[in-house]
Amino acid sequence: MSLVSAFFAIIRRDLILAFRRRAEIANPIFFFIIVVTLFPLGVGANPKLLQAMAPGIIWVSALLAVMLSLDSLFRSDFDDGSLEQMLLSSHPLTVLVFAKIIAHWMVTGLPLLVVAPLLAIFLGLPEQALGTLLLTLVLATPVLSLIGSIGVSLTVGLRRGGMIISLLVLPLYIPVLIFASNAVEMAGNGLAVDAQINILIAIFFMSAVLAPLPAAAALKMSVN
Amino acid sequence: MSIIPAPIVRFYHRTASPPHFYSLANKLLPWLVGIFILLAGAGLYGGLYLAPTDYQQGDSYRIIYIHVPAAWMSLFIYVIMAVMGAISLIWRMKIADVVLISSAPIGASFTFIALVTGSLWGKPMWGTWWVWDARLTSELILLFLYLGVISLYGAIEDKRTASRAVAILALVGVVNIPIIHYSVQWWNTLHQGPTVAKMDKPSIHIDMLIPLLLMATAFKFYYAIAMLQVAKVEILKREQNMQWVKKLVETKA
Amino acid sequence: MNSFAEFLAMGGYGFYVWTAYGIALVVLLLNVVLPLLQRKQLLRELALKQKREK
Repeated sequence: MSLVSAFFAIIRRDLILAFRRRAEIANPIFFFIIVVTLFPLGVGANPKLLQAMAPGIIWVSALLAVMLSLDSLFRSDFDDGSLEQMLLSSHPLTVLVFAKIIAHWMVTGLPLLVVAPLLAIFLGLPEQALGTLLLTLVLATPVLSLIGSIGVSLTVGLRRGGMIISLLVLPLYIPVLIFASNAVEMAGNGLAVDAQINILIAIFFMSAVLAPLPAAAALKMSVN
Repeated sequence: MSIIPAPIVRFYHRTASPPHFYSLANKLLPWLVGIFILLAGAGLYGGLYLAPTDYQQGDSYRIIYIHVPAAWMSLFIYVIMAVMGAISLIWRMKIADVVLISSAPIGASFTFIALVTGSLWGKPMWGTWWVWDARLTSELILLFLYLGVISLYGAIEDKRTASRAVAILALVGVVNIPIIHYSVQWWNTLHQGPTVAKMDKPSIHIDMLIPLLLMATAFKFYYAIAMLQVAKVEILKREQNMQWVKKLVETKA
Repeated sequence: MNSFAEFLAMGGYGFYVWTAYGIALVVLLLNVVLPLLQRKQLLRELALKQKREK
């Protein structure tokens, strides 16, 4: 099998598997919605306050939702041994890992793109910021999956890696949180956001190129 | 391998062997402690007694002599850990693993000290214990990175696997530190509160600078001392079934 | 700076300055003392183990 067909075979397989476990996929989305709902209940329904906090609320909730879904990236493959098969295959592991990350993003990041603008309206985010919100989500949710893949591959061999992964991954998510939520906030105030978007693009390409390398190395370590 | 001259290769393999490293540490430690005491004594005397009072901050600025060197050390040690991680991944050198994991608690301690002293300095200057200023915030994130390394190492049972995991994590962390630092600084300039006063720039006088540099050097020596202490325990644990450790135990008992 | 008491007072900032130095000292000491104790413990355990094996 050529590398390209292996690449697409992995994406297809992961998507089919994910589609079979629809309930499981829906969990991060429900989690995202619930967390966003908790904020008005916690801080009060003052429209001005919520509007000011909306970019931060949405992005923090998105980080947490993606982080909780990370475990599914390699867990089932690790349990049923297909991860070992991947390691033994003649193709470079980084490319195969990249395919798995893409599939993961399509299952978890993509739905956020649909739900987040809706919740932003609930929180009173100005309509002029919705476009920027979508743009930051398109650019930054893949970064969350990419960086997260490093964290999961380091902890996939552990029976209880859940708490540790948050300690490993969340600090690395901070730049994304800062630039993405700030871009949305600025757009809401009608200001230019080119700088933030350019930085997010740079982060996107950097993590797309670099993140699969340590992830692949960590997987090799975890399987042995 | 042939590019590297033979004596260096030999030196490398000798220092890299755990028993040799252990005895080297024993030989070095008294010297390191001596130099540390001299440097720290001079630095403290200069900083707490000789250096003039700052005309704006009064004597509270004297916290600088631990706060700033500790903050420097917190970054320095993380970089060392990443270098050790690279060495361990490329050459599979056991000692690099030991140095990496032995450095982590010390780096975390320095980060903790930088945070606490920054807060104690901030209270008289800002009027509150904590301000989300750029340096304190990045320092806090750095502490999380250290804790990540420590808890990942603790969570993996097999210590050889754990060492590899930690080496990878340290490398990932060191690539991210500049990005995090830059983004926090950027965030800070945008959200700067009105009450924030600059605390990192007392008009630095030469009499203030010298003790600062003395303390910074003293902390480097302290790091070597503490790291070797932890490393010795770590080596004994890993090599407890080896012949040289058994001999060592017999002579001690 | 005339008296020792004045030195301790640190121009009214004594509490902050000395707490900062105190905490730093305690943390740095712990970092050296704890591994020393750990090593003693470990050596004792290893000695016991070797005696049993003989």
